[in-house]
Amino acid sequence: METSKITGERIKEYLSNGKRFDDRKLDEFREISIETGVSKKAEGSARVRIGETDVIVGVKMDVAAPYPDSPNKGNLMVTSELLPLSSPRIESGPPKFPSIEIGRLVDRAIRESKFIEMEKLCIKEGEKVWSVFIDIYSINDDGNILDAAGIGAVIALKNARIPKYDSIKEKVEFGELTNEKIPLSKEIPIVITAHKIGNNIIVDPNLEEEDLSEGRVTTGGSAEGTIFSMKKGDWSKITIEEMENMLEVAEKARKSVISKIDKYFK
Amino acid sequence: MSKEFKRPDGRKIEEMRTMKAEVGVVKNADGSAMFSFGDTVAIAAVYGPRKMHPQHQQDPAKGTLRCTYNMLSFSVTERIRPGPNRRSMEISKITEWALEPILMIGKYSNMVIDVYINILQANASTRCAGINAAALALAHAGIPMKNLVSSVSIGKLDKQLVVDVNKDEEDWEEGEGATDIPITMTPEGEITHIQLDGKITRKELKKAIELAENATKEIYEIQKKALKEIRLKWKPQK
Repeated sequence: METSKITGERIKEYLSNGKRFDDRKLDEFREISIETGVSKKAEGSARVRIGETDVIVGVKMDVAAPYPDSPNKGNLMVTSELLPLSSPRIESGPPKFPSIEIGRLVDRAIRESKFIEMEKLCIKEGEKVWSVFIDIYSINDDGNILDAAGIGAVIALKNARIPKYDSIKEKVEFGELTNEKIPLSKEIPIVITAHKIGNNIIVDPNLEEEDLSEGRVTTGGSAEGTIFSMKKGDWSKITIEEMENMLEVAEKARKSVISKIDKYFK
Repeated sequence: MSKEFKRPDGRKIEEMRTMKAEVGVVKNADGSAMFSFGDTVAIAAVYGPRKMHPQHQQDPAKGTLRCTYNMLSFSVTERIRPGPNRRSMEISKITEWALEPILMIGKYSNMVIDVYINILQANASTRCAGINAAALALAHAGIPMKNLVSSVSIGKLDKQLVVDVNKDEEDWEEGEGATDIPITMTPEGEITHIQLDGKITRKELKKAIELAENATKEIYEIQKKALKEIRLKWKPQK
């Protein structure tokens, strides 16, 4: 199932000449297409396709007790599931690390950027706050599910409407949405993962390229260039120079991605 | 009775919600399909035949059909925890039994055909939409089949039988309340799956099955049409 050695060598040969099989530049994303409101039962939802990669993200809300260390702030929970439906490589069973990691990375970018104004999700300090659940599902995996999930998460949040809350009965009226939106800040956090293949740095790998990735660095950041979260994945060593290069490539790709999706935030 | 009876969404007694079917919705899969009854949307993907894993489940006598039904956490009004639960495990098995009789997989010893069904949006009748999508995905994958199966839920709201139950009808409380009868049939009218929850007489049940027979014929036509449309979707590789 994995990309064969011979294909891998050819991909590397292409990359060293600054080329990719699908004619993209090394720092270029595949075509991104976005649908919002794909699940009527969700408070907000988005389907993001990057090339053949296809991800659905839904936002649900509920009222719960706040965490003791943030009594005046709403709760955020991000989960992701790589569905066996989306690839012959994924087996049924409890979520494995690659699946868990996607949720963790998207969570941190959103949390650390303070994209959701959590103080405004407080109903009664220390007692009742809104919980925001972001659930990510893969529908077709052709590489870079992670960055697609990050895009889907911010768009689903933007798309979401808060459910009706009956403050006397202290109960959420599920199924009845208000016109109120989740309070979001202006700076949109976008997750971009740069991959090292041989001596080259690329973004948005398709599945074949992803198989060849020797190391990756995921950053959550904004169009303004601020970085909110970062993580190096896999076992390789990365030189300081390569790291610089990865951050530069990611920043450029991030700007391009945000310019393609910022119409959803107007 | 039937003259005054009004369904919550104004449909006629035998009228199903708008149905949509599309084949080839998951590129990675060997076969895939989407099927929807109104706001109930299911997608199914088929992988296989491939070697059965875990090995101890291999059956040297025949191929195995393995279905996995899953609802996305946000497919319902109140979020459900991701992952399998008792309900989804039962529906997975029911789906296997509904589909198995039409498959000719006797020769695939030690192999498994995996069918993954995911509910993107739920407004009742999800298992029926799932079975319809799964039948299409199996055909799309080229699994040897005698025919398709088609599935529909018949409801009894108080004393009135209706076809293709939605959530408001499922929660019907007046009179005798709601009885939900999901039924799966071959185009020849053989039953491969039936369940019932509620309260019904034998006479009414007979009538319900007759309604299902008509409805599944209608669904079958939509499924066939979706399969024929694959040809239109085909594009030559670059």
